[in-house]
Amino acid sequence: MTSATHRGPRDKRMSIDDVVSRLRSGMTIGIGGWGPRRKPMALVRAMLRSDLTDLTLVSWGGADVGLLVRAGKVRKLVYAFVSLDSIPLEPNFQRARQAGTIPEIVELDEGMFQTGLRAAAQRLPFLPARAGLGSDVLVNNPWLATVTSPYDEGHGHEELVAVPALRLDAALVHLNRADPHGNATYLGPDPYFDDLFAMAADEVYVSVEQVVDTAGLTVDTPVQRLLLSRMLVTGVVETPHGAHFTTCTPDYERDEAFQKAYVAAASGSDDEWAEFEQRFLAGDEDAYQAAVRAFHEEEQK
Amino acid sequence: MSEPTRADVCAAAIADAFRDDGEIFASPMGMLPTLGVRLAKLTTNPELVISDGESLFLAGVPPLFAKADVVEGWIPFRKVFDVVANGPRHVMMGATQVDRDGNQNISAIGPFAQPRRQLLGSRGAPGNTVNNRTSYWVPKHSTRVFVERVDVVSGVGPRRAREAGAAAARFNDIHRIVTNLAVLDLGGPDDTVRLRSVHPGVTVAEVQEATGFQLAVEGEVPTTREPTVEELVIIREVLDPRSLRHREVPDA
Repeated sequence: MTSATHRGPRDKRMSIDDVVSRLRSGMTIGIGGWGPRRKPMALVRAMLRSDLTDLTLVSWGGADVGLLVRAGKVRKLVYAFVSLDSIPLEPNFQRARQAGTIPEIVELDEGMFQTGLRAAAQRLPFLPARAGLGSDVLVNNPWLATVTSPYDEGHGHEELVAVPALRLDAALVHLNRADPHGNATYLGPDPYFDDLFAMAADEVYVSVEQVVDTAGLTVDTPVQRLLLSRMLVTGVVETPHGAHFTTCTPDYERDEAFQKAYVAAASGSDDEWAEFEQRFLAGDEDAYQAAVRAFHEEEQK
Repeated sequence: MSEPTRADVCAAAIADAFRDDGEIFASPMGMLPTLGVRLAKLTTNPELVISDGESLFLAGVPPLFAKADVVEGWIPFRKVFDVVANGPRHVMMGATQVDRDGNQNISAIGPFAQPRRQLLGSRGAPGNTVNNRTSYWVPKHSTRVFVERVDVVSGVGPRRAREAGAAAARFNDIHRIVTNLAVLDLGGPDDTVRLRSVHPGVTVAEVQEATGFQLAVEGEVPTTREPTVEELVIIREVLDPRSLRHREVPDA
C-alpha cells in the first residue's frame, strides 16, 4: 500500500497573502457575492495592499468594485450594477466613472451577466439570451453580437443576443464554512452565484468564516447548502469577518454604521479618503479588524 | 375616515396596475410600489405571488419593512432570472428618465463613456422589459424625469423593441407609469406615452407642464379613482401605520 492511499484529498488551506501572491497583474478576476452581500472583502483588501494592477474585474458590484477602482487597479470593469443597497449609489465607483478613470467599461444586464458566467461554466463560446435586445447595452458594447435561431417556432427565426462567455482567470468567493479540501457551504438565504463564478474560473479561492472538518459541514445544515465541491477549489482561507462590511448571514449582517463611514469618506475630499485609508486599509487584515472594533467602540461612546 | 392623501391615491393606482395579473410574481422596487402591490394582494388580486425583496416568497402580506411571516417559497436571485426568462412576472421599477417612447434610464446621465452622473447601472431593466410585464413608478413627476430622449436606454420601450425584431417585441409589455401626479401608459399614437388619468386636484395642464415631451391626450381625461374605505383602512392600519409613504409622496 502506498502512502498516497492514506492521504485523501489535499489540504488546501492557505493565507490571505498566499492567495494574493498567486494572482498576477492583467488577470481577469471574478468576485462572488452580490452588491453589498457576502463579498470576499478580506481578499479584496489584500489586493489593495498588493502591487496588482491592470485587472479585469467581473462583479455584481458593491464596495469590492468601489475600493479596487479607487485604488486604480482596474483596467476593465464588467458589471450590471454597482450598489450598496441601503445606500444605492457606490461613491467610489460613481467618482471613477464620472472622472473617466476606468479605461474600459462593459455594462451588462444582470441576467446577461449570469448567462455569460453560465457559458464560461459550460465551456461554450456564448449562450443566447433575450435580455439586452433593444437596449443600449448593445449600443454601448458594439462588439456584442446577435445570433439567429436555426429554428422557427412560429415567430420567425428569432435573433437573440449571443452573450459571450465571461471566462475568468481566477474567482474569489466568501462562504460561511469550508473543510480544508474546499468543500464549502453557504448558511444564509441566497447562494448568489458563487458556484458559477467557480466553474467559470481556472483558479478558485474561497475564504470562509470558519474551516471545519468535513463531517462538520453538514452537522447543522442540510446537504443542499454545499455549494462548492473541492474539485472546483484551488485554495481555502479562514478569514473570520472576512466579508465585513457586507452581509454574511447568519454569521453577521451588514455593518451599516461602517458602510456609512465608508461612503462619507469616499464622497468627501481626497484628504478625507486618505484618512479613511490610513485608518483602515494601510495595515494587514488583523489591523483592519482591530480598527473596525475601535471604530465601533468610539461609536458607542 | 379622513380624506385620501396623494400617497394613498398613488398606492391604489399602483394596486390597480397589478389587479388583472393573476397568479404571477409581483416584483415592486421601492416603498410605494411595495405598498401598492401588497394592497392589490389584499384586495383585487389575492393570487399575486410576493417576496420579501430578498429571497423568500411570502404566504402572508406583512406591513412595510416587517420581516416575519409564513414563507411559501424560495426565490434567490438565480431563480429570479429564471422567472424573468420564463415570464410570469410583473416588475415595477424606478426610473431616473423616461422618454416619449417609454424607454427608461437607470444607468447614467450624460454621455455613457464619461457620465455627468453615474447611477446604478442597467441592473435587470433590459431583461425585464423584453421578458415580462414592466411598469414604472416616478415619485416626482418633472421635466427632468420625462425627457424627449433618455440618455441611456436601460428599459426598452415598445418602439425600440419592435425595431430590434420579433424576439425583443414578443414579450415587451410596458404596462403603466404611475407618478405623484398621474397614471400614464404607452397607448398613444405609435405606442407613445399617453395620459390615462390625473390624480384628484391635478390638472391635465399641470401634468403636461411637468413633462418634457408632448403627452398623448384623448378626449376628457378622467380623474384617478380615490381609494375605497376598505383600501384606506388597509393602507393606514395594516400596511403602513407609520405613514412612511408620505415621506416619498408628501401631500400636495
